[in-house]
Formats: sequence, structure tokens, C-alpha cells
Amino acid sequence: MKQSASAAPPPSRLREQATASASARRIYGLVLRYWYVIRSSWPRTAELIYWPLVQMLMWGFLQTYLAQTSSFAAKAAGLFIGAVLMWDILVRSQLGFAVAFLEEIWSRNLGHLMMSPLRPAELVAALILVSLIKLLVAMVPVAVLAYAFFGFNVLSLGLAFAAFFANLVLMSWSLGLVSTGVVLRWGLGAESFAWLIVFVFLPLCCVYYPVSTLPVWLQTVALALPPTYVFEGLRAIVLRGDFVADLMVKALALNVLYFAAGSAMFAYFLQSARINGTLVQMGE
Amino acid sequence: MQKPMSRPNGAPPPVSVRELRKIYRDITAVDRISFSLEGGSITALLGGNGAGKTTTIAMLMGLVVPTSGEALVFGANMARERHKVLHRMNFESPYVDVPMRLTVRQNLEIFARLYGVRDLKSRIAETAEEFRLVELMHRPYGKLSAGQKTRVSMAKALLNDPELLLLDEPTASLDPDTADWVRSKLEVYCRGRGATLVLASHNMAEVERLADRVIMLEKGRIIADETPPELIKRFGRANLEEVFLAIARRGVADGEDARSTT
Repeated sequence: MKQSASAAPPPSRLREQATASASARRIYGLVLRYWYVIRSSWPRTAELIYWPLVQMLMWGFLQTYLAQTSSFAAKAAGLFIGAVLMWDILVRSQLGFAVAFLEEIWSRNLGHLMMSPLRPAELVAALILVSLIKLLVAMVPVAVLAYAFFGFNVLSLGLAFAAFFANLVLMSWSLGLVSTGVVLRWGLGAESFAWLIVFVFLPLCCVYYPVSTLPVWLQTVALALPPTYVFEGLRAIVLRGDFVADLMVKALALNVLYFAAGSAMFAYFLQSARINGTLVQMGE
Repeated sequence: MQKPMSRPNGAPPPVSVRELRKIYRDITAVDRISFSLEGGSITALLGGNGAGKTTTIAMLMGLVVPTSGEALVFGANMARERHKVLHRMNFESPYVDVPMRLTVRQNLEIFARLYGVRDLKSRIAETAEEFRLVELMHRPYGKLSAGQKTRVSMAKALLNDPELLLLDEPTASLDPDTADWVRSKLEVYCRGRGATLVLASHNMAEVERLADRVIMLEKGRIIADETPPELIKRFGRANLEEVFLAIARRGVADGEDARSTT
């Protein structure tokens, strides 16, 4: 018979589990889990590309039509396609984050994860990485097709694109944290919240029109949202060729606040789920 | 039945529950229970539906925070410092699945990584061999039979060589042959590893065979805490099944009495 397992806690194993490399291994393990799911089903991969592609084609053709009938639209080539690509970065990244989490509930695996040494911050890190992977799978083909069909090269935005991208994905993760937190706390009854939350921002972030279009009171709301600055910045670069760094700095500052608030809400909802017992009921 | 192993001086017990209480709104699921488990022991939590077994196990796992009292595992308070000990535990329940679309190998690989299992490939190969999963390694978990799924769940539960194993109805909905196989595996593992096992079950034959201690819960309270033979003797019954029925029917009779007086 082997030695009793009730011996004193082995501190070396505890230390091993607490190292950065052990944390990285757990994050990698969970990312691998989502990667296997993406890889195992081509319809899922196609679904990732489907909506961004449909949107891009629709707005691309609309812009082509408007360019034939309006001198403004003719000068603003790429305005709508750029906007729809940026909007889809926000949407796909948020959904990538939230749906990866929902997979755990659909497959009744959340209990296993929560019982494993995986820490909440590692779960979030894995969801962030998965959202980036899904974003790349969805948006790279669509960006290539935007260039092929309409001559819009998103990379021609250069450094501005990097700033837009960073601000949009940061915002998407904040929304992902809040939406998954809500599902953790209230279970699958709140699933639609995770799917729909991002669309509240479509009119408010002024994706296709300037902030000045909104009533004054709503402009205040719009200017409190980081993506608004990205879309204003996009219009500045497409219409005037100006990269307005100030807009990106404001977006980043707001994003830091939103991400901190999103993290705090996720932690609060997780603790609330542990108090209310919803972690145990979920998926059962 | 196995003899619990002694602890080295100063080492906390694998499980120590003190005045543990959980209230959901106006329902008291667990009501000030206390017990401590020795290393290498096999303990069954028994009770009817709603007795508080699952809530107790959930508090031992740190998935549910107690309203008051504490659940300590290897000395760690599971409400606050569960990550200190989670790598030393594992659990299995028919109410929790591993991802359906992933193959058996992929599932085992992912959980091995999450638990920080050393020599991952050889450990998975060894586990696959032990649980007769070699032929199934490339099949999606969702396409397996109930018995095969149980073997995968058991393999997952033992992948990190846990010192404490929490099992919630491990043989529910299994055919007698598979259920017997699972019990044998658990016995062999716990004896070989000296692991502590906490088992919630409705199967009294299973409890009689495996457990060296029975903690019986009713309405969140401990109403009996002794060995199966002691419990059977105290109630003057032939087996645990009869003891369980006697307690359950006594509860119903008490309820009827209470109703008739109001």
C-alpha cells in the first residue's frame, strides 16, 4: 500500500501550482479546449465568418451605389466598409468571449472548470485569447474580401488601425466580462443578455454617423463610450486623412475604466453565484 | 471497508466541517453540521432529496459559500482559499459532463493541463489503459454510451491522483455491471493511494460496500454519524436500505403528525 494521502500539505506542489508557468499552462489548456471545438466543426467556423461577410457586402454595395449618386459618398470611399469592419471587430470579439463561456454551460462543464485549479483570472485570460482567435478566424477573410470587392485595405490605415483595434477589443472584453458575469449569477435565463448587450452600443457609438447627429443629451452618453472615439477617429482618417491621437487616448483612458469596472462586476457576480448556489445548479 | 490512516502530527485532516450552515433565502439547506474526516477514510453522505448532501459537497468544493461556519479541506478554508488545495482534490458527478464534442483524448489532455499533471502523455496513456479507454480515445465524448462516459469521468477524476475525491452519486443510472466496476475501481484507488473519499449516494448497497462511515442528513442536519454496522444495529434492521426507509418514513409520519395537529 502506498503512503497515506493525508500527510502534511506538500508545499512544493502548492508552490508549483502558484507559479506563472503553471498559470500559463492552465490558460493554454483551456484555450486548447476551445480551439478543439472550433477545429472540430466547419459549420461553426463558417458561422464566424458569415455575418461579418454579409454585413461587409451589404454596406460595400450601398456605398458603391451612393458614390455614384453623391459627391460626398464618392469622396468618402471606405467610410461605411471601414465602419462595418470596425463594428464587427467589437461584436465578434465580445461574442467570441461570451459564447466561449456559454459553451461551458451548454456542455455542463462549468462545474468541472470551477472545481479545477483554474483561477477566475485565468478563465478570463483564456476567454480573451479565444475571442482573439475567433476574431482572426472571422475577420481576416472578410478584410481580404473587402479589399478584393471594394478596394478597401484595412491595413492601409496603418498605426490608426492598431489603435482602433486595441480600443475595440478592450471594450469587447469589458462587455464580455459583464455579460458572462450576469450569466454566472442568473444562469441560462440571462443568456440573451450575453448575445444582445453589444447591440445597445450600435446607435450610441455613432458607428455610421458623427456624434453631432445625436441630440445633445445623447451626445454625452455617446462620449462616455470608448468605441465612439474609434468611429470618430475612423471618419477623421477616411474623410480628412487625419489620425487624431487625442481621440485614441481618450478611448484608451475610458477603456481602462470600463475594463476595471467589468472585472469588478465579474468578480462580484462570481462571488454572488457562490453565495446563491447558482454555480451548482448551472447546466443541470 | 478500509481502516482510516493516521495523520502525521500537526497535519490538518483532509476534511473538517465546523458549524456549517447554508441558507437560501428562507430555506435552510444545511443546518450547523460539524464533522471531521480522517485520511484514507470513505464516508457516505446519505439522505433523501433535499437533505443537504449536494450543498454540503458543493461547500466542500468551494462552489457554494456557507452562510456561517466553515468547510476546511487540508486546512484551507474553501470559501476563501480554495485554490491552495484544489490541485489535491477532484470530483465526479453524473450531473456534470465534460465537453461533448471533444474526443476522450482531448478531454483528458485538457483536464491534465488544468490540474498540472506531470508527464502528461504517459499519465493519459496509463489512465486510458486502466479505464479501458484505449479504443475510445479518438471518439467524441458525446457519442459514448453511459457506461463509457462514466469510465471517462472516472479517468478524469483520478487523473491528478487526488488525495480527496468527492463523488456525487457516482453510479446513478448505470447498469449493475458497470456500477460494480466503478465501485471496485474506487476501492482499489482509495486503498492504494490512501485517498479520502466522500460519497453522496442513494444506493445503500453501494454505501454498505464502500463506506466505513455514514453521515445521515435530514433537513440539513446530521441525524446519524456512525459506521454502517452500528447504524444497522441501532435501528434493528437487516441492512442500510431498511434503515434509510425507516428514517424516511419516520420523517413522513412526523410530518403527518405535525399536519394533523395544525
